[in-house]
Amino acid sequence: MIDFEFDEEQQLIRETVTSFAAERVRPAAREADETATVAESLVDAAWELGLIQGSVPEAYGGYASQAPSAVTGALIAEGLAEGDLAIALHLLSPRLVVDPVLVLGTEQQKQDLLPAYLGERFVPGSAAVLEPHINFHFTRMRTTARRDGGGWVLDGDKCMVPLAKAAPWIVVYAADDSGALAAFVVPSGTPGLEIGEREKMLGLHALELYSIALRGCRVPDSARLPGDAAKLLRRARVAQSAMAVGVAKATLDYAIGYAKERDVFGVKVGQKQAIAFMLADMATETDAARLLNWEAAWNLDQGNEAAREVALAHRYCADMVMTVTDNGLQVLGGHGFIRDHPSEMWVRNGRGFATFEGIASI
Amino acid sequence: MDFSLSKAAQGRIAMARMAAESLMRPISRQYDEEEHTDPWDFFNTMWEASKANAEATSLGGKKSGDKKVSENTLLACMQIEELAWGDAGLYLSIPNPGLGGAAVQAVGTPEQKQRFLGSFYKGKPKWGAMAITEPHFGSDSKQVATTAVREGDEWVLNGTKIFCTAGHRALNESDGFVVVWATLDRSKGRAAIKSFIVPAGTPGVTVTRLEDKMGIRASDTVTITLDNARIPADNILGTAEIVEKGSTGSFGGVMATFDSTRPIVAASGIGVARAALEVLTQVLAEQGIAIRYEAGPSEQTVLEREVMNMEAQLQAARLLTWKACNMMDRGQRNSREASMAKAKAGTVVTRVTQKCVELAGALGYSRKMMLEKWMRDAKITDIYEGTQQINQLIIARSILGYSSGELN
Repeated sequence: MIDFEFDEEQQLIRETVTSFAAERVRPAAREADETATVAESLVDAAWELGLIQGSVPEAYGGYASQAPSAVTGALIAEGLAEGDLAIALHLLSPRLVVDPVLVLGTEQQKQDLLPAYLGERFVPGSAAVLEPHINFHFTRMRTTARRDGGGWVLDGDKCMVPLAKAAPWIVVYAADDSGALAAFVVPSGTPGLEIGEREKMLGLHALELYSIALRGCRVPDSARLPGDAAKLLRRARVAQSAMAVGVAKATLDYAIGYAKERDVFGVKVGQKQAIAFMLADMATETDAARLLNWEAAWNLDQGNEAAREVALAHRYCADMVMTVTDNGLQVLGGHGFIRDHPSEMWVRNGRGFATFEGIASI
Repeated sequence: MDFSLSKAAQGRIAMARMAAESLMRPISRQYDEEEHTDPWDFFNTMWEASKANAEATSLGGKKSGDKKVSENTLLACMQIEELAWGDAGLYLSIPNPGLGGAAVQAVGTPEQKQRFLGSFYKGKPKWGAMAITEPHFGSDSKQVATTAVREGDEWVLNGTKIFCTAGHRALNESDGFVVVWATLDRSKGRAAIKSFIVPAGTPGVTVTRLEDKMGIRASDTVTITLDNARIPADNILGTAEIVEKGSTGSFGGVMATFDSTRPIVAASGIGVARAALEVLTQVLAEQGIAIRYEAGPSEQTVLEREVMNMEAQLQAARLLTWKACNMMDRGQRNSREASMAKAKAGTVVTRVTQKCVELAGALGYSRKMMLEKWMRDAKITDIYEGTQQINQLIIARSILGYSSGELN
């Protein structure tokens, strides 16, 4: 039966994440953006929330009762991104390795890789998905994986690879000899895996992003995750879209607060229809995008391919967040352009959703 | 959270779909071209089905309420999406208590519900209607100038009502009724506005004009003149006292019926737009064009992008509508969500149906196909039961926490 209510577990997770985002993440967001770092203390505090541990079943050292749910993941992603997008991506980066291993990996791969992520402290994860060319789509990778003896040889260029320097493993996505999308867990230090300069972007300043080059990078057969990697990258799109909704929600609430404070022509600016209607549209679009993305997530949780649903929600959320963040800045007028307010940062961060891919996972 | 259709929903959709395909689509163009005529075969068939359904319900043959969460509003929306997919004008013409019935249901006494709805589905087809709008106002409904004066054990109504849906069929073609908004005292504003049940055959009540419209032409839209129309004293809905906010039967009470009718209007528009999008997709398929949802950004054609955008927009509007229904079924206040659904659907269905005409080219513009009709039928979604702008106003007040005095 069509029903939009959260169950108890979802409600609890949502409350935990949104209060952490409001109390710890948001206050740290501007400094993180200006200094291009995420504070260690914040990473440690987030680790205590158990967002990573809670997605891994007990058999591998976590405390999840079931396989990771895309709907629950979307709630976490939205909640953290409402605090700050770059910090959210940093804090959830372990899932860039954990989720592919859980969803696509063999029993042996799970035993080998997961415990490293379930220790006392945060261990960064990374995924190399995006490529630096204009016709990128995850089903058409230019990076190749060539069968060679008992292993694979990876060749190609990747960009926007999060935490590539610090992560002990990078999950590399490539097209195999038959053109099929495949995922490989590549340990840091593997010869032929060249980590380039840290990339400087329009937004996401606090998140460490790198370009990497794969030059005859040889990995054993056991590095390949055997499952359908497209399935995983659709989950990644849902995670990313949920974060777009989080950024939009942050923008909307901030603009509403400002509109109720700012005096204009003897009333508050929110009492003017030109502003009030803009806010009404922003609210409607944020809700609409969230529902579309939940439906896509729910379909994935049912085991459906959901290629259409995910594609539609992904495009919708990416467009929505651009419009909403832009209007959110506009409500503040000139003040929106000044870095004292977060609105300009949300515009810069929000603009990325239509371009990046695979830097979040659930 | 669940996005699956229940058994009940699947059943309701299948039934409505059958009526839409076999009874509505075949006569859809005819009653668009022949405005102000009555499809009696269709009325009679729908009436008999409603009668049978009403009897089954009163005999206890159908039980709802066993489940923890009701889905009555949701099911109504799903059914209406299908019927409007068949034909939006014919859907509005189905003999039933309509918006008048909704008002009686929302603020009527048990006795009034029994008197006007209890035996509604007896005898020949009947219609209920609602008359709010007057020549000098539309959305600003506190401007009601039609008067109601108590004389002995009767109310005497005087005034002119316009844009009354199904008013002609309620008053002239059946023993139906119209719920009329009138004021007891114009100087007292909102609090003095009450609604009154005016039965067919009341002397002094005349349908003076049938509107010629752009779309939904099968549905009649009329002007009603009330000239010393006398109705029984107990035909007032709610109390005759002029009380400020909050009490049952007050202005706010009647306005609250919009919380259930706005998602229904949204659903009907979505049905029309879905019809258009389905036909467009079919036309494209005949040309060998299929939508590649996972094509690369520079491989995808403009056409594919347009279709994907329309599909996403339509589903977004549908989910907002279902959300508003789900909240109502859970007994939660849903004014904001009802307006979001209505505002979103109003824009989306207008744009989608226009775009379908455009993308189908000369075919789309021709009356040989239905696309141009659906474009005309869809536009009303953004107007009646509160225009786009009125709904934006309601959403804005809700998110900003403003009263109607603070934001208007």
